[in-house]
Amino acid sequence: MSTDTDRTPDHSSNTTEVSGVEIVFDEVVKTYPGLQYPAVDRLSITIPAGEIVMFVGPSGCGKTTSLKMINRLLEPTSGTITIDGVDIRKRDDDDLRRHIGFVIQGGSLFPHMTVAQNIAMVPKLLKWDKSRTADRVEELLDLVGLDPGRFRDRFPRELSGGEQQRVGVARGLAADPPVILMDEPFGAVDPITRQRLQDELLTIQEALRKTIVCVTHDIDEAIKLGDRILITEASAKVAQYDTPANILSSPANDFVRDFVGAGSALKTLSLSRVDEVQLYHQSSARVGESLAEVTRRARDHGDRSVILLDRNDRPLDWVWLSDLEGDQIREPRHDRDMLTVSHLATLNDALNSMLVSIHDGVVVTGGNDKYVGVAGFTEVTQLITRKATEAHERETADIARAPSDEELDEQIDEVPDAGSGDDDGDDDDRQRPEGE
Amino acid sequence: MWQFVVDRWADISYRSFQHVSLVVQSVLLATVIAVSVALLVTSYAKLKPVANFITSVGLTLPSLALLGLLLPLVGIGTLPAVIVVTFYATLPILRNAVVGLESVSPNLLESARGMGMGQLRTFADVRLPLAWPVIVAGLRVSTQMSMGVAAIAAYALGPGLGGYIFTGLAQIGGANAVNYALVATIGIVILALLLDLGLLVIERLTTSKGIRI
Repeated sequence: MSTDTDRTPDHSSNTTEVSGVEIVFDEVVKTYPGLQYPAVDRLSITIPAGEIVMFVGPSGCGKTTSLKMINRLLEPTSGTITIDGVDIRKRDDDDLRRHIGFVIQGGSLFPHMTVAQNIAMVPKLLKWDKSRTADRVEELLDLVGLDPGRFRDRFPRELSGGEQQRVGVARGLAADPPVILMDEPFGAVDPITRQRLQDELLTIQEALRKTIVCVTHDIDEAIKLGDRILITEASAKVAQYDTPANILSSPANDFVRDFVGAGSALKTLSLSRVDEVQLYHQSSARVGESLAEVTRRARDHGDRSVILLDRNDRPLDWVWLSDLEGDQIREPRHDRDMLTVSHLATLNDALNSMLVSIHDGVVVTGGNDKYVGVAGFTEVTQLITRKATEAHERETADIARAPSDEELDEQIDEVPDAGSGDDDGDDDDRQRPEGE
Repeated sequence: MWQFVVDRWADISYRSFQHVSLVVQSVLLATVIAVSVALLVTSYAKLKPVANFITSVGLTLPSLALLGLLLPLVGIGTLPAVIVVTFYATLPILRNAVVGLESVSPNLLESARGMGMGQLRTFADVRLPLAWPVIVAGLRVSTQMSMGVAAIAAYALGPGLGGYIFTGLAQIGGANAVNYALVATIGIVILALLLDLGLLVIERLTTSKGIRI
């Protein structure tokens, strides 16, 4: 395989205008009557404008409570929360919520309303006129990758889980709010759909630069999506609030180290994105092109297979030249979606997708799901090896201050895997600070 | 019997109209009452056992007894008939409305609140439409039952076909006794079936395609 470095996308330029605003928690406390410990105890953090901040922690640690205080679904017992410098208690609660997107697990769509009616709910509450709302619905469906003509008038029960979740995201974005709150948004879908939805969220965020606060119990999701991660212990006590890279390379304490599984070379894979891989520019063929021309072009390039693209340069299929028939390139007969990864996906995602592919690589897409290139198995594994070596070297350098293996083992026994389950209450006793 | 119907056709159709009119108006009134009470009950958890108690006990009360109790208070004629029919019509609708409103997922309600929908709008746009199929099912049961209760209300000289039944009973052994009772009974059954058909159509038209079973 030859490499084609000038195809590497240039997405790192952060020139897009930030449309999000800053959120500040100042000494926020939330207590529930009858409970011995506060659900949230003196939480003070600043969520910078235009960033994705992930709240992670074990069940019952107050992360969802903290999230719901931002749009006043719950009121703090004391302390203040400001959005763009304005104390949220000074605003009418319904009006405040209409200007904050809210996305929850499974999309939580209204089953008696069509997709369009669901998305149009907040614009309707804000009394937008009909044509503006209709235009916005089309725009949003496009943005989340659903064809408006096909999906506008469907009811939620006629959609797959992933499609429902996409509509949920579109509904959250409907009135173009500067702040979006997400509560376990991708918890209810299968892993491949989840990876896609995460990729899409990153692509959307690249263009919109909203302030997104997202609660999850999945540390890998947090590392992938977050510009910053807030890891909390019981009572929303801040264990560490930092970038994913810093959390993995220098965990603040043992709780964080155990929670993220820091130090493991495999974890750092989540930090590397597909666009760090040198992409191979596999020959492509657009539907409607002449087969002879395509074959000639591919052979000249040294390829035995081509990527079929639709009119918008979105990949449709990856086919062997020998399987193509007729004079012209036709649409693939099957209707299934092609498995691709976004250039913002992690190396983990790329490897996962390769496992189910018949080719030794995975098709990478850029903005608007356009074809960018192919991440080959060799290139990906080479990058992984390099990253792992680097991580190992860093670790050996740090060995003097790191705890011994025995100590680590003991701690692992004490604090079980954070990614498991989300039943409320089961972690409560365990997470209490000692000596109480 | 055919001759009986032909001779009294004008009276029979007028009484049929009155009967249906009494039931429809009472059921409409009952629906408004039942949904309002259900809203109250689902908002205050403590009221729920009270509502369940009233619906269970209410249905065991003989309608004739209730009518008897009302007579000294409101006299005879249309008023006691409306009160009795509305009372019984309310019970099945109330029970279904409570079940329907409670079955709306708390996630959806939180979603609605999180989007900035006020209490009233959440009720009108989310809770009521989602509970509607269950409420209409109660409405249909209630309408069928009310057709029978309306016949009994004629005992207090209320309007409708019930009058024929009591005339028939009073004249037992007389020439037209059986005709009176039979015509009224068959008439009520036919009207009940027609009303149910109408409600079925309304149910189809007013239930969102997204939640139709």
